[in-house]
Amino acid sequence: MIQVIYRKLASKFLNLGLIILLTFSTSLYAQDGDPEKGKSLYNTNCAACHQLDRKMTGPALRNVASRLQEEQGLGRDWLYKWIRNSSGLIKSGDDYANQIYEEYNGVAMTAYPQFSDSDIDDILAYTAQPKEEKTADVDGEVATTGTTEGGGTSNRLILGALALLFALLAISLVLVRKTLNRFADAKGLTVEAAEKKKGFPIWKAFVQNQFLVLVSVIILLLTSAYFVYGFFMQIGIDQGYEPIQPIHYSHRIHAGENAIDCKYCHSSARVSKHSGIPSLNVCMNCHKSIYQVAEETQQMGIEEYGVDYNAEIQKLYKAVGWDEEDQSYTGETQPVKWIRIHNLPDFAYFNHSQHVAVGGIQCQECHGPVQEMEIMYQYSPLTMGWCINCHRETEVKTEGNEYYTKIHEELSKKYGVDKLTVAQMGGLECGKCHY
Amino acid sequence: MSSNKKYWKSVEELNENSSIVETLKQNEFVSEIPTEEFLGNKKSLESSSTTRRDFLKYVGFSTAAASLAACEGPVVKSIPYVVQPEEIIPGVANYYATTIANGFDFASILIKTREGRPIKIENNTLAKTQGSANARVNASVLDLYDNMRVKSAMKDGAPITWETFDAETNVALSSIKNSGKDIVLLTQTFASPSTSKLIAEFQSKYGNVRHVVYDAVSESAALDAFEAKYGTRGLATYDFEKAMTIVSVGADFLGDWQGGGFDAGYAKGRVPKNGRMSRHIQFESNMSLTGANADKRVPVTPSQQKQVLARLYSLITGGSAATDLPENIDQAVQKAASALKKAGSNGVLATGINDVNAQTLALAINSALSSKAFDPSTPILTRQGSNKAVSQLVTDMLAGKVGGIIMSGVNPLYTLPNALDFAEGLKKTELSIAFSQKADESALAAQYIAAAPHYLESWGDVELKKGHFSLMQPTIRPLFDTRQFQQALLLWNGSDMSFREYIKTNWDGGILGGNSFNKALQDGVYVPGFMGASPGSASTQTNEISGTDLKDENDSTVVGVGISDEDQATNETANGMSIGTIGSAARDLVSSAKAEGMELSLYTKVGMGDGQQANNPWLQEFPDPITRTSWDNYVTVSRADAEKLGFEHSNDATGGLNGNYAELTVNGITVKNIPVIIQPGQAKGSLGLSFGYGRTAGLKDEMKTGVNAYPLYQDFNTTQNVSIKKEAGIHEFACVQLQNTLMGRGDIIKDTTLEIFNTRERQYWNPMAMVSLNHEETPVTSPKVDLWDEFDRSMGHHFNLAIDLNACTGCGACVIACHAENNVPVVGKEEIRRSRDMHWLRIDRYYSSEDTFTEDVTKKEDTKGLSIIDAYDEMEHAADNPQVAFQPVMCQHCNHAPCETVCPVAATVHGRQGQNQMVYNRCVGTRYCGNNCPYKVRRFNWFLYNKNDEFDYHMNDDLGRMVLNPDVTVRSRGVMEKCSMCIQMTQKTILDAKRDGRVIEDGEFHTACSAACSSGAIKFGDINDEESVVAKLKEDDRMYHLLEHVGTKPNVQYHVKVRNTTEA
Repeated sequence: MIQVIYRKLASKFLNLGLIILLTFSTSLYAQDGDPEKGKSLYNTNCAACHQLDRKMTGPALRNVASRLQEEQGLGRDWLYKWIRNSSGLIKSGDDYANQIYEEYNGVAMTAYPQFSDSDIDDILAYTAQPKEEKTADVDGEVATTGTTEGGGTSNRLILGALALLFALLAISLVLVRKTLNRFADAKGLTVEAAEKKKGFPIWKAFVQNQFLVLVSVIILLLTSAYFVYGFFMQIGIDQGYEPIQPIHYSHRIHAGENAIDCKYCHSSARVSKHSGIPSLNVCMNCHKSIYQVAEETQQMGIEEYGVDYNAEIQKLYKAVGWDEEDQSYTGETQPVKWIRIHNLPDFAYFNHSQHVAVGGIQCQECHGPVQEMEIMYQYSPLTMGWCINCHRETEVKTEGNEYYTKIHEELSKKYGVDKLTVAQMGGLECGKCHY
Repeated sequence: MSSNKKYWKSVEELNENSSIVETLKQNEFVSEIPTEEFLGNKKSLESSSTTRRDFLKYVGFSTAAASLAACEGPVVKSIPYVVQPEEIIPGVANYYATTIANGFDFASILIKTREGRPIKIENNTLAKTQGSANARVNASVLDLYDNMRVKSAMKDGAPITWETFDAETNVALSSIKNSGKDIVLLTQTFASPSTSKLIAEFQSKYGNVRHVVYDAVSESAALDAFEAKYGTRGLATYDFEKAMTIVSVGADFLGDWQGGGFDAGYAKGRVPKNGRMSRHIQFESNMSLTGANADKRVPVTPSQQKQVLARLYSLITGGSAATDLPENIDQAVQKAASALKKAGSNGVLATGINDVNAQTLALAINSALSSKAFDPSTPILTRQGSNKAVSQLVTDMLAGKVGGIIMSGVNPLYTLPNALDFAEGLKKTELSIAFSQKADESALAAQYIAAAPHYLESWGDVELKKGHFSLMQPTIRPLFDTRQFQQALLLWNGSDMSFREYIKTNWDGGILGGNSFNKALQDGVYVPGFMGASPGSASTQTNEISGTDLKDENDSTVVGVGISDEDQATNETANGMSIGTIGSAARDLVSSAKAEGMELSLYTKVGMGDGQQANNPWLQEFPDPITRTSWDNYVTVSRADAEKLGFEHSNDATGGLNGNYAELTVNGITVKNIPVIIQPGQAKGSLGLSFGYGRTAGLKDEMKTGVNAYPLYQDFNTTQNVSIKKEAGIHEFACVQLQNTLMGRGDIIKDTTLEIFNTRERQYWNPMAMVSLNHEETPVTSPKVDLWDEFDRSMGHHFNLAIDLNACTGCGACVIACHAENNVPVVGKEEIRRSRDMHWLRIDRYYSSEDTFTEDVTKKEDTKGLSIIDAYDEMEHAADNPQVAFQPVMCQHCNHAPCETVCPVAATVHGRQGQNQMVYNRCVGTRYCGNNCPYKVRRFNWFLYNKNDEFDYHMNDDLGRMVLNPDVTVRSRGVMEKCSMCIQMTQKTILDAKRDGRVIEDGEFHTACSAACSSGAIKFGDINDEESVVAKLKEDDRMYHLLEHVGTKPNVQYHVKVRNTTEA
């Protein structure tokens, strides 16, 4: 999330020092502004369309004031006018304003008449900050990777040493035995004789005890039956099925950290039997501006899950045909072949809208803690027993739904309850799901 | 005392001369089983490389491998849209209004699409004209997914690009233009204002262009007669709802007569209201759907029909006609005439005689009656073909006058009687292009096949009736690289417009009169005067349009119809036709009524029409409503003629119907190997044979069924003098109904007359079955005599299906709708013959064995003692002119269902909503339920019918499977299935209401069959809603349940059939 920039305190101070230095050095023609204040203003108002170092819906803004001054000879006054009322400026026939307007496909910038001069100065001060140096971060990275690698080597060392020890022990034992045998040979003793004297082998005793054999056979059969049964009963049940998807999509980040509503993407769950895999244009609603994740997230992805999130976003761009340079669609699309996780057999009819819209059931009840899943997996067994259990226990949300008024009145009288379960409404009938 | 009862193990034993029976007396098997031969040869057994042990090893290993492999679930991929269209939500159906206009069937319809795939055709309730889809229209959605379609433009059998096509055809067209030869557009009837305009533009660009409209099954006679009298080339509109007396002379108006679509109105007038219903008298030679529904049916030969009509005319208008009809027919005619006269404006006459004079007389009679049901002011425009123009074209082609021919929607090499001449002529053209969906007979003979899109992929507009417009819009992206005829015309005209834009411009410019095009497109239909248009202005505009159309038609170079100058001269005299000339028409008609030998009537079947949908497995398997035979056409003969000519029926051990072959010769043209069916009701001395079969190209081998009747369709006349000869060989029919009579069981189809219905109490004509309880007669519906405890069904919904036997015409639209909705498989001819048909909904057809069903019952009841055996024997045979009754039978959803109690695994259970539920995944296929079902509505999957090369129908290819309804399970082998009362549809209605939080209103619930039924014979709803139609119907006096005495308490109601036998 690039617009929410987290930074280390140390580098912040460093930067601040730098800024102070810079502001003083450029104070000849730049008005003062508070870059911290500017940053928050920038993030709330500008970041949707502008990046500092990157062309987006609008132009990149790093050092915009000084660049304008140098390249176009336009001063701050022009910027004040532009920001407060760009379309007015365009209409007034200003050359550069019209040039920009044309360049960005005739999309006028939103007017911000509420900004005072000082607000704009703050923002400009923020944009005038030099590009963040990442040396500190890189150091940190190296350090962390160093430690993890160190841990790895030490473990390996210990294991290696242990293995060596055991090998030495084994060799010495063999050697000892050899020498002892040699001694024995020298003294004319025969080792085998001693062994033969040993009585009955235990397995023979076991075989002769028929009761024991019977009992153990029964036990053996029962256990194997248990395991065979268990094996057969799990056929076709893919609980925990966690396939690798063509694009690594993290529900943890989207539904968890960013708390995006499930139905924002799976919108058809409200009206259709399918929850629907969102089409890529839904992704692009946000990912048009989110082209990379925050540093920390990126690092975490690499360390914990071995995933380069930014590369995954690039996969999305490729699939949807988004040209980052031009900020436009190329029209060359490649549909994503997701691997379907929740598979119901053809003979079972399930309707999401029945459960989500009518029943008001949370997605998590069946799909589990999706907001914590880095990789989506099948949480519930999706067996008929599991469906039926829920139908037995769940009460139907009849309040305020006119459809239920009459039947609720009649059925609650019949069953003598106020709240009806799905089962009492007929939700256990075969034909409700099998047709 | 010895009994003279004869016990038999198979029907074969009843045949004394059977050699099989003789053999079987001695042996277990008819032929020796070669066990000795096999096991006796020790050497070969020992030398076999697979020993018994090896065999067992292989079996063991493969079983183990198969079961292990089954443990791993397949990886299922889901591919979402990259950019999802706004209107598509996966899992939610979209409906689009469009129009079918394939030259034979015209109707405004709704298309149900799922995820962008059209999967079902429904009726467009907004349509005031032709809003009902027949069986063929319902099945047309499957034609879209036909694997045999032409997938790109072709030249001489090889695919070419459209660019090449354009370049080459443009050059060819201009060279023909310069050479001065004719360019001919040979097309189906489009009835499309925009297409007419486009063709006119094409004509003005190339000059020497002739447009010939060709209807495979011509209505030219009726068109000529109408045009002569009213000046418009069209057909009179009939609204049979408004008629109290309907007399038809050979008009199958419940079938495809004059374009069809009259059944809905007819059925409404057939339901007794306030003690009144229409009376329908039918004179015909073949047993048609219309004759089967008539109150009185008089079998007459085609030549007699002409006399009947002339006589009717003379009786009604007071002239005289010298007819020599037999006494009994003449009496029937007199009665019909007096009934018509008495009815006056409430009477109507229709005739299907293929003769201008006959059609002229029909128009004259209806105008004389000033019939309310007859409306010549808004003519039907869906037939435009002219026999003369087509014949002229063939002559010109043979003479080499035609430089280029462009065909669209026609298949003359299959449908023309002189197809060989046409083929010869085609070779003499410099350019021949066939716009066709299939590489059919004609397309293969043409230089270029321009792959045409299906109507569900096309744009178009249709003027069904004068001033009744309908729009066609694509409901799916073209599946293949196709181009529609109109688009090609636009390109040849040098326009870069799309046909959609062209239509829109055309409509905005005139038809719409300022109304919104998008609204018209959404509705699918537009009739000026509705939609808030000021009726005056709009109608003048349409008049103008049709005015120009008419002018075009009379212009000799142009034209729709190519009427030559001399025809125009006769037209003029015809326009000023006096009573005297009509009188002469009557005389001409009588004098033309000459029969030599047998007379053949050619007709179209409800299932196959003119044959353009022959590669549609649903239609092939659709049983003909009359003969109940599928996968075939055949010549129908009367019993008397059959005996004379030596034709007979037999049944083999599996019950399959066998028949003989015949060859028919008309004017030296012989068609061989036509199977013969003995048809009760067929007029003596007449034969019937249907069009639409015997196709040879552009269809799968499985669909190459029947024989082609078009070669006998000489001079485009449906009646021909013919000679018939028996041929050797036995034909195997796939007939789904082997018992044709009711054997006097009046409780299956209850049937009464209007007089009794009006005058007697219910118990007389709709008796409740009684059982004796403590020596007291108790109705079987009484809980006191019930074996079972009753469920409480008063809560929630309780669905009932009501079937009115009076309104049901037997058209079979419901059968195909059920196929489409419920993924019912097609099983093929062989399986049908073994009675393994899978139709969830069948329409039983019964013949009376006496003259009426009532007499059957009387005969059964009055026969006492042992003579009942002989009586039953007789009653197995239908009468020569039987009464006919249709009865749609689907699962009766019994409240006390016999199937449920015998299922060992509880795979069929009862729902609270009145539906008997079938759980496929639980079924183990014991078939006990099917055996215990008194209605025989359960269907067993003997095989896997999808993805199985043995059943190479639509479910065997990816394209064909696109028509499947995703909400209904595709059943597998070994599973029982049956009508579910469309539980997926009722559940959807309920869910929608729940989501909206509202009460469901009556009329919202539907099943596929009730939605498809335009005649109102099938009604569906919730009887716990007291205000609903079905709840009221349940209390109706006519209501009864099928086999009430069995005590199954079905949720399907039937309504007693009432016949209006009152003679005027």
